Amino acid sequence: MPLHTFQLQINGDTRTLSNLDPRVSLLDAIRDHCGLTGAKKGCNQGACGACTVLVDGERINSCLTLALQYEGRDIRTIEGLAEADGSLHPLQKAFVEHDGFQCGFCTPGQICSAVGMLAEYKAGAPSAVTDGEVGELAGAELQERMSGNLCRCGAYVGIREAILEAAAQ
Amino acid sequence: MSILNKVIRSVVQVMPDQAPDELIASNRYLGRSINRLNGPDKVTGKATFTADYPVANLAHAALAYSTIAKGRITSIDTKAAEALPGVILVLTHENAPEMKVPKEFGDGSSNDAGTTQAKILNTDHVSWNGQPIALVVAETPEQAEAAAARIHATYEKEDCVTSFEAAIGDAKQPKAIMGEDPEVTRGDVEQALSQSAARIDLTFTTPPHNHNAIEPHACIAQWDGKDDLTLYDTSQFTAGVATTIAQVFGLKADHVRVVAPYVGGGFGGKGGAWPYIQLCALAARETGRPVRLAMTREGVFRIVGGRTPSQQRVAISADDAGKFLGFVHEGVTAQSTHNHFPEQFSFPPRHLYSMEAYRIGQKVTDLSRVANTFMRAPGESIGTFAVESGIDALAYELKMCPVALRMRNEPDADPVSGSPFSSRHMRKAYEMGVERFGWKSRPAEPRSQRDGDWWIGQGVATGTYPVYRMVTAARVRISADGTAVAQTSCQEMGMGTETVQTQHLAERLGLPMSKVRFEYGDSTLPYAGVAGGSSQTVSVALAVQEAGAKVLKELLALAQKDERSPLREANFEDVVAKDEGIFWRVSGGGESYAAILSRAGKDFVEADHKTGAPMELLKYSMHSYAAQFCEVRVHALSGEVRVQRWVGSFDTGRILNPKMAVSQFRGGIIMGIGMALTEETMFDDRTGRIMNPSLAEYHVPVQADIPDIEVVYTNEPDPHTPLGAHGIGEIGITGVAAAVANAVYHATGKRVTSLPITLDKLM
Amino acid sequence: MNSFSYARASESPDLAVALLNENQGRYLAGGTNLIDLMREEIETPAALVDISRLPLAQIEEREGGLRIGATVKNSHCAAHPLVRDRYPLLSSAILHGASAQLRNMATTGGNLMQRTRCYYFYDTASRCNKRTPGSGCDAAQGFHRIHAILGTSPHCIATHPSDMCVALTALDATVQVTGPDGERSIAFGDFHRLPGNTPHVETELRAGELITAVDLPASSANLPSIYRKVRDRASYAFALVSVGAALRVEDGRIADVRIALGGVAHKPWRASIAEQMLHGAEPTEANFRQAAEAELTPATPGHDNAFKVELAQRMIASVLQELAEVKA
Repeated sequence: MPLHTFQLQINGDTRTLSNLDPRVSLLDAIRDHCGLTGAKKGCNQGACGACTVLVDGERINSCLTLALQYEGRDIRTIEGLAEADGSLHPLQKAFVEHDGFQCGFCTPGQICSAVGMLAEYKAGAPSAVTDGEVGELAGAELQERMSGNLCRCGAYVGIREAILEAAAQ
Repeated sequence: MSILNKVIRSVVQVMPDQAPDELIASNRYLGRSINRLNGPDKVTGKATFTADYPVANLAHAALAYSTIAKGRITSIDTKAAEALPGVILVLTHENAPEMKVPKEFGDGSSNDAGTTQAKILNTDHVSWNGQPIALVVAETPEQAEAAAARIHATYEKEDCVTSFEAAIGDAKQPKAIMGEDPEVTRGDVEQALSQSAARIDLTFTTPPHNHNAIEPHACIAQWDGKDDLTLYDTSQFTAGVATTIAQVFGLKADHVRVVAPYVGGGFGGKGGAWPYIQLCALAARETGRPVRLAMTREGVFRIVGGRTPSQQRVAISADDAGKFLGFVHEGVTAQSTHNHFPEQFSFPPRHLYSMEAYRIGQKVTDLSRVANTFMRAPGESIGTFAVESGIDALAYELKMCPVALRMRNEPDADPVSGSPFSSRHMRKAYEMGVERFGWKSRPAEPRSQRDGDWWIGQGVATGTYPVYRMVTAARVRISADGTAVAQTSCQEMGMGTETVQTQHLAERLGLPMSKVRFEYGDSTLPYAGVAGGSSQTVSVALAVQEAGAKVLKELLALAQKDERSPLREANFEDVVAKDEGIFWRVSGGGESYAAILSRAGKDFVEADHKTGAPMELLKYSMHSYAAQFCEVRVHALSGEVRVQRWVGSFDTGRILNPKMAVSQFRGGIIMGIGMALTEETMFDDRTGRIMNPSLAEYHVPVQADIPDIEVVYTNEPDPHTPLGAHGIGEIGITGVAAAVANAVYHATGKRVTSLPITLDKLM
Repeated sequence: MNSFSYARASESPDLAVALLNENQGRYLAGGTNLIDLMREEIETPAALVDISRLPLAQIEEREGGLRIGATVKNSHCAAHPLVRDRYPLLSSAILHGASAQLRNMATTGGNLMQRTRCYYFYDTASRCNKRTPGSGCDAAQGFHRIHAILGTSPHCIATHPSDMCVALTALDATVQVTGPDGERSIAFGDFHRLPGNTPHVETELRAGELITAVDLPASSANLPSIYRKVRDRASYAFALVSVGAALRVEDGRIADVRIALGGVAHKPWRASIAEQMLHGAEPTEANFRQAAEAELTPATPGHDNAFKVELAQRMIASVLQELAEVKA
């Protein structure tokens, strides 16, 4: 099995992965090979959303894809959301303020997903509950759009409040 | 109940009470909505969970699992696995070094945390479908997983029982359920059932569930020589894992260190030392490398058990005023052939209602399945589904409001033990819930509200969960720089432990929160029991309180010896900890900790303390209560159920941090909504194999399933608990499934008695 | 997951076909299903040809209809103005599938190639004729609440899991493929197969063939339509039954009706019997119900999934009724 040496662009940094087994998922590359352990492995099959990262601004499940496929793409993880001076992203602040988590394991995925979701929403992308024009975010639109991120502690209400507050800013 | 317990109980009844905690109403930090201290770490990805630890030279392990429920492994072929690149070691029953079977998890009073009496890897005998049969260690996780998948075993199957339904007839009464009698009776219940104005007699079934914390179980094991082991583990019982793994490998318990500062949800599933831990330690020992064993989601289903299935009968009769005459709650749960845990579903009615005559008890049957274990509100979650559905059905028989029926039977003292309640404000909880929900505008008739294609209904149910307190040790240290730290080996799985105990320590010592620290999640710290039974907050609080008092006494002793101290004449009863020091209670004079310590030339004073047994639980009937209100809509054609409104009203002692408490209550309610509508671990009866071992097919609620959830609470302090508080991790789920089922009945006129309430049951 | 060789074909479909033929493997696009199946050891290709960067990510107008490139992400397809405007059924169906993250990865071609969610197919310890031909079917007497009721065979009762494909079936799409023997078109209704004796053969694709596009005809544009999905959660769950339907009524008679079902068969199920009954008929509740019943008459449910028969009938009738009342 040929190994591969290639580069990933993560949070603006270029990371060289040397002699990588092609089986390594994007999630494992980010976590084990780049040391960015914010993104989490909850199911490794795209069913929980804990591994959500942003690629070219769009949210994806990093567990369900090979790292090799993302060579050269612009990848952003939870570690890349805060400002350079360490001040938190509005969503990060809002999650703390609204207690949008308990154990915190799904949280990086929730927040990355929310970043992507707000971008989709602002671009006018529809959801399954959209009937014609995209409706207001609060309520069914937000809930449908965030349903790809499971939270077993049950912080869904706080997550909603946090996202709505950040979206209003 | 054993004779000894009875004797102890009768002695305790006449013992005087402890004075209520002096912080019972103190509110400098306690009672305030302080944000989680670890919030910033959690939202930035900096919180280090078990699988995140960067350990040099790490090797990776993976497991292969049996595919039969019972029998012998007749051959196991590891050649293909061993031939793969990167594979370091493959262990099976043919070559695995001997490990001792650890002691089983008991009633929470010991450190034992074994989960199965089956040998792991040291036997060709298979006890459940999914038992680990091989352990692979490789250079990378990809290599290890690939190798584990290429191990092939053949078996000689043996007859066994894997179907709960088939095993119900073989159920036996266990000697005790969590130290309580398996069955309690009073009066002639059959006669009471037969001579009454109204009665119901219903049989309920609940399926197995799995915890499904989003963090799968994982362990990193690192040996230092032959006798010292460090484990990073996803544990909600670090001390128990240390003790258990020491038993397995014949080590001294204090030579095993278990570290778990962040745990990604537990819900009971991480309370025991499940077999992956010892296998990870074995892999590390045999390879001489630190090893990570990060379980797959499927692997967690295969080797970590969940909630028992149950079948429960509820028969209740009442006079025409609604007073309960006869009350039967009985049935069967399952455990495995290789563990012992009869889940206590029959506890709720023992403490909830006045009953003239009753028979409340349960049996347990053994299955060749993965060992069951406690999952959020074991017993009370499924027990309240049956009991509270039954009471709802009786209310319709009586044409009474279900709330009024419950209030009619509100007891003055514990209906079974006769003990006084330590703190029971059920009526207030109901009043608050009724008000907030707008219950009074609910039409009495079922199937009477329609909105387009949807039937609408409102339901209510009582929740209840006991107050437990575990023997716990803590160390408190006050340093010359004016800071303090409290330490105990307890866990933070998202309950808010770190934050609330920091609030507590600051309040207790009169320090600002910025000057105190709470250290936890490490088995080498003073002993704390499992983070379970909703007991941790009060258990730790008492240990910190008592250790703190020792430190204050020592500090006062230093001051008393010092001519220059304004406290030299003070006795301990005369002083209070405040303003970063010790001060006269009355006159207010005193001095700071820093001043006392610096003059005494000491860097710090510290004390360890271990709390006594929870005798208060023998004297009082101590429980938390909930009134759960919900509104559902049920699609008239498809039977889809959507919960569209929830009010949870809680009576759980004093609330220590409203923001985090509301999160806990909501979390329990949400897990309860999953239990009500979607969750089921699907064991194939033919094979005992779980067929939906994934988050794609085991349906936990998603964001779209969950409505706004309002929470109100009585906030009445319990005078017999530390801080006046109760643990609140489990009460939230209790009563939820019944409230949903009752609302579904109100919407449709259909009484669903088996969970989950899937649409096919309502079409 | 077995080890494999990885190659990326970015320039042209022909290059991808050539690479695959050299390596005897599978095409990899979004990966959302294939990577999962490889991890479960259900798929064990020796080689992967990454086609995710092929220049097939466009949606273009063509002959009055639309051509949707094979590597267009599901989310992009659902949000595309031309799709939303002319084929809202497709947009809606896509949005009812999976999660936003998965839709941002999954592609048009990959969606067609999804494999079943049958528990026994996914569990290599179970018998499955689809995974291991001739081994037997453990689903038939096991858990099959989610399984097929139409077009089943004694060998397989699995369903096709896609929502998007239900819409494509109703919209008379055409699948464009290229392969070692050149390009060809496959009518969408013929693309997926019923299980018969060969449940492991799921599509009409020949060895080495690559999907390059899915075409939507002008004839199915601008039809009032509804996609209704019934599932166990409010979101992020596979269909128990889904109905994709479009209806046009002219002069009090049904001029065009298309009905497709998800969650009921080994392929997206075009309800041809019901459609034939309804063509030219009056759009009444009774007619809709009668047509739905006729469509489900051949159903062969097991003990767990009998409810799907009635559920499908009710959903067909109610979706058509809603279209007749509101949109047609």
